[in-house]
Amino acid sequence: MARIGRIGWSWDPIQEMERLERDWSDLFSGFNRPSAAKYPPVNVFTGEDDVVITSEIPGVNPEDVDLSVTGDVLTMKGTRRQQELGEGQAWHRRERGYGDFYRTIQLPYNVDSSKVEANYSKGILRITLPRAEVDKARKISVKTA
Amino acid sequence: MADVEKSREVKKQEAGGGVATERTRTGRIYMPNVDISEDREGLTLYADLPGAGDEDVSVTLENDVLTIEAKVSPPAKVGDHRLSYAEYGVGDYFRAFTITEPIDRDRIEAKMKDGVLRIVLPKKEEAKPKQIKIQAG
Repeated sequence: MARIGRIGWSWDPIQEMERLERDWSDLFSGFNRPSAAKYPPVNVFTGEDDVVITSEIPGVNPEDVDLSVTGDVLTMKGTRRQQELGEGQAWHRRERGYGDFYRTIQLPYNVDSSKVEANYSKGILRITLPRAEVDKARKISVKTA
Repeated sequence: MADVEKSREVKKQEAGGGVATERTRTGRIYMPNVDISEDREGLTLYADLPGAGDEDVSVTLENDVLTIEAKVSPPAKVGDHRLSYAEYGVGDYFRAFTITEPIDRDRIEAKMKDGVLRIVLPKKEEAKPKQIKIQAG
């Protein structure tokens, strides 16, 4: 995203500041700022006609994950089950979290909820959310008088 | 539930603390979170390696050091999409543990499922605790 270069006589600090600010607001446009408790972590890829969200949730049963979309909000809900301790077993280390999770993600546009697809592989949940037809950007041609 | 809250705050940590040598491959290396339990039969280790498949993971036990490594390539671009927001990084995994228990190397089992590695390290027969029968007399 960052462009390197622009050194020389044409370099303009004000312009550079504006560009940085634009890139920065671009990064967060339409999305919630990161909040304190966010599990599972997500990466969001935005395209013209759909949004792809990937999320790291290793070791969950896909049946324990509940996804729903309303307008431009995605809700992820689920449970990461605790590793059961057998007879006579004791923990040495416990770093992997478990329990219920719930989070909502603001999408950049309205989504056609009937076409949302999700699959789970290698502990990564991948959700494809196609943009709603009515919400798609239309190109408007400018006519000359 | 306190455990959950704690683990949520723990971000994916980059490995490097205990690694003295540099790697030839560039890119990020993460330290996987693990659960380790022990019983009289042996040790069981679970490691979170999201994004790694069974062919990407290597587990070695050499001189009492158990090493877990996984190679994960960051995904090629998703179509013509741009990454607009990121909460986690993608990269390799590395972590090593010193195992003090005598382990029966021939019976070590490792399995990947849904991004979780499970390693069973059975103890050697002579290292297992034995109940000593007390005879009356």
